[in-house]
Amino acid sequence: MIKTDILIIGAGPTGLFTVFEAGLLQLKCHLIDSLPMPGGQCAEIYPKKPIYDIPSHPEILAGDLVKNLEQQIAPFQPGYTLGESAVSIEKTAENEFIVTTDKGTQHQAPVVAIAGGLGTFEPRKPPLKRLDFFEDKGVSYIIKEPEMYRDKKVVIAGGGDSALDWTIFLENVAASVTLIHRRNEFRGALDSVEKVQHLKNEGRIQLITPAEVTTLEGESKLTSISVNKEGEILKIDCDHFIPLFGLTPKLGPIANWGLEIEKNAIKVDNTLDYQTNIPGIYAIGDVNTYPGKLKLILCGFHEATLMCQSAFKKIHPEKRNVLKYTTVSGVSGFDGSLKQAAKSTIKTIE
Amino acid sequence: MPQDITIYLTDREGELHTLIAPTDMQMNLMEICKAYELPVEGTCGGMAMCASCQCYVESDHPLPERSDDEEAMLSEAFYVEENSRLGCQIQMTDAIDGLKIRLAPSE
Repeated sequence: MIKTDILIIGAGPTGLFTVFEAGLLQLKCHLIDSLPMPGGQCAEIYPKKPIYDIPSHPEILAGDLVKNLEQQIAPFQPGYTLGESAVSIEKTAENEFIVTTDKGTQHQAPVVAIAGGLGTFEPRKPPLKRLDFFEDKGVSYIIKEPEMYRDKKVVIAGGGDSALDWTIFLENVAASVTLIHRRNEFRGALDSVEKVQHLKNEGRIQLITPAEVTTLEGESKLTSISVNKEGEILKIDCDHFIPLFGLTPKLGPIANWGLEIEKNAIKVDNTLDYQTNIPGIYAIGDVNTYPGKLKLILCGFHEATLMCQSAFKKIHPEKRNVLKYTTVSGVSGFDGSLKQAAKSTIKTIE
Repeated sequence: MPQDITIYLTDREGELHTLIAPTDMQMNLMEICKAYELPVEGTCGGMAMCASCQCYVESDHPLPERSDDEEAMLSEAFYVEENSRLGCQIQMTDAIDGLKIRLAPSE
């Protein structure tokens, strides 16, 4: 059981900044995120895109914003449960929350801050008949154990980096790799595109473009797929079909936690502290809604700051507290580090 | 004063909506849909990096050609037809006054 003061669900910009504001109040944080790395949408969807409305950054790449935040919160030693999504929540007799992930990891905290953005990133599934049926019977959307594909016939569909990267990787493992994409152009790192071209030229992979998978075939497990290539139907025998069309966010299990939901977002009290209808559970950043809500990173930062003050009062009702300025008080990390303004020099002039 | 333009939109239930869109607010079709609270997510915010604003163009208005990004996204989107476009890539201009579109199924 992982124990912390504030359990943050979602390691996007808002979730990460919460660690800083909590740290200033001597509260420890632990972050859960379904993605394998921190950063949320900034890391998954647009790491190379510039953002122009972060105060004091005339321009910053989304990926750099995440890196800076990680650096800023490092002294407060946040814990991470990455690559797992929070699925259930329950209350303990001591009025704390236990959050369990899809992999069974349990976390306990008196305060939960949901900073889940648009939700958990899930694979985009092509609209093919019997796709659900063949899941784990030949169809998978993420490659967890490459060894599973050793000496098997694999078909990959998609035109982005992951389709290219896994084609290159599995070519060394699988008996055969076929890559199918709806057009001849691929959106990926130049290096990967060139490698796939090379593999095709050498006859080490089969590339079928422009083409689209139309049907999945097999009795109890997948045995073949059919592809429409410019009107011609090709049948390809295979053991595995891996559609790699990127990820899309879904609110997911959080929607069933008894929280008040409006338009796919969690309703909070914005006049006070961004608490939800369940005391002790807050929702901040893109995941929440209230009159006048704007889904902006800078608003998420503000919400995180107010929420931490309220969480402090909840966790330490007996302690009095006033807002401190980092310029005056510095930043004392849990790692023993201390950042503070240089002392002014006072010297006598004789 | 720039004039507002009219967009005729058929939603996923087949219902017709008449949208009045300003041409001087740098708005695109995805944003107009959101402003009218139509079920268009616009997950990526308008970067042509998701396909949640995919729609079918059903009138023959002259539209700017698909950019490489839009083309790439549409090649990985589902339910794509010849007349598919990403709403976020269609800016509100006088040239598209009266445009008829239909929302693509949500994924």
